[in-house]
Amino acid sequence: MLARFFRKLGAPVVTFIWRLGFAARFLSAILMNSGASLFRFQLTMRELYFSGVLSLLIIMVSGFFVGLVLGLQGYETLQRYGSSEALGILVALTLTRELGPVVAALLFASRAGSAVTAEIGLMKTTEQLKAMDMMAVNPIARVVAPRFWGGVLSMPLLAGLFTAMGILGAWVIGVKIIGVDDGAFWSQMQAAVDFRYDLVNGFIKSVVFGVAVSLIAVFEGYDTEPTAEGLSRAITRTVVVSALAILALDFVLTSFMFRGKA
Amino acid sequence: MNRSVIDLWVGVFVAIGIASLMFLALKVSNSATANLGDTYRLSAEFANIGGLKIRAPVKSAGVVVGRVADIRFDKDLYKAVVDIDVSKNFRFPKDTFANIYTSGLLGEQYLGLEPGGDSEYIKPGEAIRHTQDAVVLEKLISQFLFNKAAEGGVQGAPAGK
Repeated sequence: MLARFFRKLGAPVVTFIWRLGFAARFLSAILMNSGASLFRFQLTMRELYFSGVLSLLIIMVSGFFVGLVLGLQGYETLQRYGSSEALGILVALTLTRELGPVVAALLFASRAGSAVTAEIGLMKTTEQLKAMDMMAVNPIARVVAPRFWGGVLSMPLLAGLFTAMGILGAWVIGVKIIGVDDGAFWSQMQAAVDFRYDLVNGFIKSVVFGVAVSLIAVFEGYDTEPTAEGLSRAITRTVVVSALAILALDFVLTSFMFRGKA
Repeated sequence: MNRSVIDLWVGVFVAIGIASLMFLALKVSNSATANLGDTYRLSAEFANIGGLKIRAPVKSAGVVVGRVADIRFDKDLYKAVVDIDVSKNFRFPKDTFANIYTSGLLGEQYLGLEPGGDSEYIKPGEAIRHTQDAVVLEKLISQFLFNKAAEGGVQGAPAGK
């Protein structure tokens, strides 16, 4: 009875650690085999299309709406203190530092990450990866690495796009509809947002999230249990684990990057 | 899908992405050190710098002429030494006053330079002699309260007016 309890407790822990080690080994295998995806860039180009271009719409639309909401809520609070011109600062700092990279990465994980997992997982389930191996084509170099790099390359661009659309949305609500002064909106924003401190740090965040999400997506696909149920579980895990990883990494990165300028 | 169509769309995607990053870099942010051009270093000693931070603006007549480069504590004088980078385009007389001001009631603190009438200019690397400390709000309030208490005399006494 007791032994069974401990066995039940131990098995998931051992599996988790085993998978963590496998993921690390998998990352190094991807990096070692990414020659083809970087020199035969057509391979990566196709993945850029599937994870980048096809995510454009959702990223732009949700960025715009996040900006609209930030503009409305920010104005609502700021005008109580008579500083509604600071709307530009509020929106720009929130988006460049946190919301842009994080929300874009969350959307990217559910839009592109799940698709990558499904694709690789189905390839594994239908034994296409094994067939490739038999034909002396390395599936990591031919299938996994291009998808990984496609995700890593498109993530920072999508995060930048999300931030820009958000600021545009806040501008539409704040300046065009509510009537905050246009000059104050932009000039206060420019005075408060620092290139190195805010933009570059946000960009680094989006690169880190891109690596994390892409690795999780390809790993879950590659590690799928080759059944229909296993595939569906792998896709769910990609979205859940990516979201947790993004939020946890965001906390770690923020605590390193933004500690007050003293 | 056709390969060239994919190339086209990826090109569009990358162009839009880079354009938005450029928009963020040029329209949304500033690079504080870049727009000052060449600078020279001055220093000033304060008994209290309040909440002055590194990279806070240095203003003269309200115009940004430099940035706070470094803040140190002088362990012999027990004073704060503030190093500032001032743009090479501007020179200040020897009897310039360096004051720490707050922009707005709750705004960030900045260093204000008020030029005097001396015919000689401060040379790079020199210290600004005349400084005025940051106004600490608590001190101000307690002063105000003490003054009020001294004025009021005995509490509860009927007012003379």
